Amino acid sequence: MRLRNFQIYRGDNNEGTMEQYKTEVDQGMVVLDVIHRIQAEQAGDLAVRWNCKAGKCGSCSVEINGKPKLACMTRMNEYGADETISIRPLKAFPIMKDLVPEVSWNYEQNKRIAPFKPDPHKRNENGDYVMMQEDIDRVQEFRKCIECYLCQNVCHVLRDHNRKDAFVGPRFMIRLASLEMHPIDTEDRIPDIKDSYGSGMCNITRCCTDVCPEHIQITDNGIIPLKERVVDRYYDPVVKLFRWLFRKK
Amino acid sequence: MTKITGGHITGFLASRRTDKWWFEPLWTGLGFLAFVIYTTWAMFQGDHYWWSAGQDGFGGYLSPFYSPLLFIKEGVSGSAPLDHAWFGSWPGWWPKLIPATPAILILAGPLSFRMTCYYYRKFYYRAYFMSPPACAVEGVPQKNYKGETMLLVFQNLHRYTLYIALGFVAILSYDGILSLFRGGDFGIGVGSIILIINPILLAGYAFGCHAFRHITGGSQDCFTCPNGEPTIRYKVWKGVSWLNGRHMFWAWASMLWVAFADIYVRMVASGQWVDYSTWSN
Repeated sequence: MRLRNFQIYRGDNNEGTMEQYKTEVDQGMVVLDVIHRIQAEQAGDLAVRWNCKAGKCGSCSVEINGKPKLACMTRMNEYGADETISIRPLKAFPIMKDLVPEVSWNYEQNKRIAPFKPDPHKRNENGDYVMMQEDIDRVQEFRKCIECYLCQNVCHVLRDHNRKDAFVGPRFMIRLASLEMHPIDTEDRIPDIKDSYGSGMCNITRCCTDVCPEHIQITDNGIIPLKERVVDRYYDPVVKLFRWLFRKK
Repeated sequence: MTKITGGHITGFLASRRTDKWWFEPLWTGLGFLAFVIYTTWAMFQGDHYWWSAGQDGFGGYLSPFYSPLLFIKEGVSGSAPLDHAWFGSWPGWWPKLIPATPAILILAGPLSFRMTCYYYRKFYYRAYFMSPPACAVEGVPQKNYKGETMLLVFQNLHRYTLYIALGFVAILSYDGILSLFRGGDFGIGVGSIILIINPILLAGYAFGCHAFRHITGGSQDCFTCPNGEPTIRYKVWKGVSWLNGRHMFWAWASMLWVAFADIYVRMVASGQWVDYSTWSN
């Protein structure tokens, strides 16, 4: 069997190089399989984060030939037989070692979001919260997120402009959407969505949606609806007048 | 371009992508540019925007770039009869430096809708502003990126341009009906079909708009309140969401078709093309 060419980043956040590897590729292999083969046969100290190998844990996010992808869901037959395949860690985050990014900034953003606050009046006689499927369909889409952070990595606000001080990123915009659109949640996060989480920083170029392995419509179903709610509260003069006249929040 | 850790590079257009990432911003950028150039040219012509085979009475073809006709300059080749104008003949105070063309008065309406549309924003931020040009490709360097919070904050008024666009859907639908008559007689021509398809495509685009989706039901947290049954707003929202999922298609189809409709009316009105119809030509 012919050997295939790979380039893999070896190093940390301070220095490193793209190392060349050649290895055999069997039918049906994904990029993560190749990384594991190289790790087993040629580079025992190669660091890669992985867990489920089924596209459900969100651990093996890397950049393959410059495109942010899950290594476990990227089949080798996507690439030409003579093509050199490069594998790099996510660009938007510091590198711990080789292909492993340090993503704790995301966990910090998650902690900033006001948690789910159900309306106690919406309990039934058994004390349960009852919701209709029509109400929950919309937010269930956002619950598919596997926190691979590919959307965070590809978002140019974070990746190129490094405005982590001003924007929480697409992953947390959809978490905010899942809470704001929840039929029994009562917390008001709109002021923070505008000011603290930075909805206005997103210029909806939709790269987050393009790379999402769960095919969540991050922009159309999450970010844009939140931006429209911010418009209701802060920019629409007629809605503002209506709220003022009828003393509505 | 500067190399940074992780094997990445940084700088304008820096990317490690090996595919043809430039293709999409190139074709969308050139496609819209071609539309803008043609529209500008057609707007400044001020003639050959009307065709009724020389017959008076109800009916005729009106180019969508010229509808509604607020004022009409008489004596221009291919112009509509004066009674089609909302406000009469062309105003005498109009500056001589600016061409007296009815299109110049109305084209800002639909243009404002397209320019603040969430889909168009995606493509022109990519193709023209290069912010970013493509995913994982670095855009124009900016020291203090502000997104849509400062200069571009006006994009938040997209819903008001939607209201304008809905007005155009109604007006162009009326024009479609008008095209089924010539001299008061009912019939159908190739131009009728073109002018009827035009508002249908614009409606598909406007009714699938993100702002319309928000207004119809997206702003609601509960679709089944108060009695546990899906509300009418929910059902409308579902329909709008279906259109919204195909927003790019409707955006391009309606844009290309409106230009084609103008070309068709212009060519027929100037005698270059023959309009096949059920009326005797």
